[in-house]
Order: sequence, then structure tokens, then C-alpha cells
Amino acid sequence: MSTTAQLPSSFDQQGDQSDEARVEAALRSFVSEFGVTTALHMESCVRCGLCAQACHFHVATGDAKYTPIRKLEPFRRTYLREASPFAPLMRAFGLVRKTNIADLQQWQELLYDSCTMCGRCTLACPMGIDIAELVKEARHGMFKAGLVPDRLALMDRTARQWGSTATPGDDLPDILAEVAREHGVEIPCDLEAADMLVTAAPAELGEHTKALADAARILNRIGVKWTMHQAGFDASNIGFNNGDLELQEKLTRALIDTAVKIGAKTVLLPECGHAYGAARWEAARWYGQALPVRIIHMTEFLDELIESKQIRVNKISGTATFHDPCQIVRRGGLEAAARRVMAALGVELIELENHGLTGYCCGGGGGVVSNQRAAPLRQKVFEIKRQQVDATGAKRLITSCGQCLITLEIGAKNAHWDKRAESLLELVADNLAG
Amino acid sequence: MDLLDFARGPALTGALAIFVLGTLWRLMGVLRRPRMPDLSPPRAGASSNLAGAMRAIVRGMWPRKEFRQTALYTAINGYVFHIGLALVFFGYAPHIAFIHRVTGLWWPALPDWVMYLAAAATILSLLLALLFRLTDPVRKMISNADDMITWTLIFLPVVTGMAVLSEPSATVLARGHAIYPGPLAVHLLTLELLLIWFPFGKLMHAFLFMFSRGATGMRFSHRGVDL
Repeated sequence: MSTTAQLPSSFDQQGDQSDEARVEAALRSFVSEFGVTTALHMESCVRCGLCAQACHFHVATGDAKYTPIRKLEPFRRTYLREASPFAPLMRAFGLVRKTNIADLQQWQELLYDSCTMCGRCTLACPMGIDIAELVKEARHGMFKAGLVPDRLALMDRTARQWGSTATPGDDLPDILAEVAREHGVEIPCDLEAADMLVTAAPAELGEHTKALADAARILNRIGVKWTMHQAGFDASNIGFNNGDLELQEKLTRALIDTAVKIGAKTVLLPECGHAYGAARWEAARWYGQALPVRIIHMTEFLDELIESKQIRVNKISGTATFHDPCQIVRRGGLEAAARRVMAALGVELIELENHGLTGYCCGGGGGVVSNQRAAPLRQKVFEIKRQQVDATGAKRLITSCGQCLITLEIGAKNAHWDKRAESLLELVADNLAG
Repeated sequence: MDLLDFARGPALTGALAIFVLGTLWRLMGVLRRPRMPDLSPPRAGASSNLAGAMRAIVRGMWPRKEFRQTALYTAINGYVFHIGLALVFFGYAPHIAFIHRVTGLWWPALPDWVMYLAAAATILSLLLALLFRLTDPVRKMISNADDMITWTLIFLPVVTGMAVLSEPSATVLARGHAIYPGPLAVHLLTLELLLIWFPFGKLMHAFLFMFSRGATGMRFSHRGVDL
């Protein structure tokens, strides 16, 4: 691949490590990721470039630098030099040069600002290379090197201290009491024993408290013994996005250990895509065995409640289109669940041109929505979604991920677009029957 | 020992040895990397790992309709090249005779006119692939030396093979000896270069594609995603 020595356009760095120490930390981390699946995917690329046409950042800008597989160049180079079957030859003959600090600085933008780890490129790759997963693994090394966008690093420090990017656990009871008062709904907190541990996304503890109240309303309706708990309440795992594995483990353990402590059989995740990726598919890795609790996303929870007739919903009229959150649908398998809930609500679903498995990301996943310096690029990407939504002519725009919701809200505001995205949870809660 | 004897003897043996040992080394080197098992419970009703892998392997044979507009040329050109090359290599009577001499295996040949068409299609597809790699901004940016070496080493045996083509294959086989030993030796040596390069470059995708697609298929089917 082209390795032209360009100066990094923009990068942030944290800590006071020397450049050499940063490079060594990154490369050590990269090497630790090269298990059999990663190695297979590192080995198989034929550089056909078809992943570019699947990437919203490339599609929106036309810039070849956003070709997904290229975002992995320092990671690939490290694989070839340090872990591939011909690594000794690569080093002995200098066939692949060692990744240096300038590479890592330059690639920070490609790994954090222009990749949402949505995995659309994975579906376009004829070799089946799971590029999104590889980007996540590469981010682990970038974090070790102290080379992540400052805004994400700030959130990381907050979450390390508080166990949440929103609030310290100590403040949770007061926040929940206020939400309960504001929305007139009971929200149990810190029960010593419960069947279900309910978790939240950070925005639900701040600007979007209605989502929390909506969840509480439904949970109270079905009569399950549930609680939120200050020892483990924030499910949107910022460590998962940033590449901070220690934080990812800490936040994961906070949820699972708390659930086990109170005897809960289920951990209910909020409408958050990365929470689902971190907890549903990755939590078990920290325990070395299958988890003793079930992890369930709000969308499948609603689907199961409707299916089992534990709740009934009133029909709402009109047309709607659905934005498929990548981590929940493409990488989570809940495409049908969301559509069953919408069918129960009676909406006339008009699908986006690209929907389901191949739907476009909103542009904010993978921490991009929180990464302020990526805003201009994110806004270009948002245009793809806006145009596809407008083309449906649907009255409503529904989604099932809080991060997508925020991205769509910010995008709409910047584009002066009068479409308000609605959450699936909100629609169900507002239309509970009986 | 003349050049043809060298090409048919030690060069061929050496090239085959590097091809077999190198391919096994690379495959084993990758497949023996540490496994990181997925301990999360699979989605209820999810396909088995094997079914997920098989589905992904088959699914990868043709671009999804959402990507077809941009991937169609690459897919068609790829199929023309792969099928054309396979027909020429495995279907041309003198090639079968050569394989028979080396391995003892034999099968019926395809008519010469099929071979000429297949060779022409292969060359055309190779030239188009090169043109696209050199002009498409994405491919230009992501290409490396492996792409050019691989392209060259595939192109050489095809064109050197065309260069020794002057008679119907039946006449060539009936004669029993080469009338152009020099060009034939060059043709054989270019094939041997290709065999030597095979384990080191992207030609390995001939084996790796199944594993690579299969691994992703398993990951996704575990999650209840049907690729």
C-alpha cells in the first residue's frame, strides 16, 4: 500500500510517553490481537478496493484515503513484521518497514474520526474480512499509545473515575428520584435483590430522561422486580469505543458483578448499540466462561413482551421508516425484532433504500458522535441518511439506539432538517394499551 | 542439460517444493495462531458455526445487490479471469500431458478453439484488471508491490504460452518432442516462478478465502445474522 510520508493532518495525544514508548506500546498491543481470525483477515486481502464503496465516509467524500482496509495499514504492517508466518523474512530483508510515530499520528483520524465500526464494509468484502472488528482491535493499540482524540480521552478519564461518562454512581439515586418525579413513574434504585438489573445510556441520565422513564413505565407494567444500581448502571461502554480494554473490562464487570450480587437473572440494556456490542457479545471474555446472567437489548425485550402478550400496544397511524443501528442490526442480529415491534404498533413501514444488514450508519457510531473535531465529516456522511429518509416520504423516522438518535438530532439541526427521530422504546411506552 | 531439461527437471522440482512447503507453512502459521473463543451464548435459533461458515463462503461468491453497481465489473472480470485460466491450465491437451507426466493423472482435453478463446479472455481480463488498478484512485492508493509482482507472474506464463502456440495440440502431442525447446523452457520457467511466488503473495487467497469468509460467517451466525 502507498506509504507516502505525509505529515499528520490532525491528531491528539495524551500522557507524556516518549514517541518510542508510544510506538512500542501500540505495537505490543497490536501483536496481542493477532489471533487466528485476525491473522486470517490480515492475510486475505487482495486489495480489490470494494470496501471503499460500502464506506459512508468514502461515499460521502469520494476521498480514497477513507478506503476501509487502508485504515488498518499500521496494524497490517505490524502483523506482517511481527506475527505473520514470514515475519522473520519481512524483518531480515526489510520488506515491510516498522510502523513509526508519524504513521500512528496520521492514522488516528482514519481509525477514530472516519470509522464508526459499522461493519458495512465487512459485507462488501469478497474475502469476508471483518474490517470493523480489525479497526476495533487497532484502536486498542492506539489507546495504549495515548493517541486517541482528546474528547474521547476526556470521556475515558471520566468513566474511569465515575464508572460512567454521565455521573458518579453516588449521584444516581438523586438523579433517578428527580426523573421519577418529573415523569411520574417509580424507578427503584439499589434494591438488595431483584430479578432484573436495568441499565442506562449516559444521555438518559441527562438530556433524554424520558427514555429512562419510558423503560420504567413498561417494567412497572409487567410487574417484574427490577432495579437500577449505583454500582453498575451505565451500559454504554466508552472503553469499547475508545480501545481502552481496561475500562471496557471495568465497566463490563460493574454490570455483571452487580447483577450477580443482587441475584438478577437478566441485565436489560438501554437503546444503545455499542452497549449491546460490549455487553452481549464481549462481556463473557472477561469471565472466561458463559455469563451467569442473560444480557438483553431493549429492542428484543420489547419484542418478547409484545410476543408473549405481557404488554399490548395501541396502533398508531401513518407511515414510518426505520434507521437500523449498526451494532444492533448488522452486528447484533436484531433486524427482525425491531420490525416486529413496529408491526405491532401498526406503522406502515417504508424501508430506506439501504436498510437492514446493509443500511448506512448514521455517522455517529464508534464514538464519532462524541468526537467534536469529526463533526464536519460526520455532517457530510449524515447527508446520505437524510436523503434516503426523505426519499421514503415517510412521516416518522424511528430508530432503536440512543447514540443514533443523538446523531440524527444533531445532523437534523445542522442541516436545518425538520425531521425528528423517535425511539422505538418511546413509541411503545407512549402507546401502551390497557 | 539444456534449458528445457533444466525447466522440466530441477527447476520444476524446486518450484513445486517451494509451492507446497511454502503454502503449508503459511497456512499452518496462520491457523496455529491463538484462538480467542466466543464465550457469549449464541442467539436462540442461530445457525451452527459450520452452517454459518458455509453460508458465508457461498455468499461471498457474488456481490450483494446493494454493492452490485460498483462491484459488478470486478466480479465479472474476476470470474472471466479465474475460469479462463482454469480452462487453459487444466483443459489444454499439452498441459494435461505435462501433468500426466509429472503426476500420472489424466483427463480428457477441451477442444483447441475453447482454449484459444479462454486464453484470449484471460489476457483481456488481466489487462483490464491492470488498467483498473492503475487508474482507479482507491486501488492506486491501496496497491503494493505484491499486486504488481503477482500480476506480472500470472501474465508471463499466459503470454509465453501463447508464444509457443503454432500448431493444433494433436500435432504437438503426436510429435512427442518440442520443436521450440527454448520458448517452451521459458514458458515452463515462468510457470515455475509463479509457483515459487504463490505462498508469499496474494495468490494465497486461493486457499485463504474459505477460512477468511468462514470465520466471519461463524461470528455473524453466532449473533443471529444471516449473511
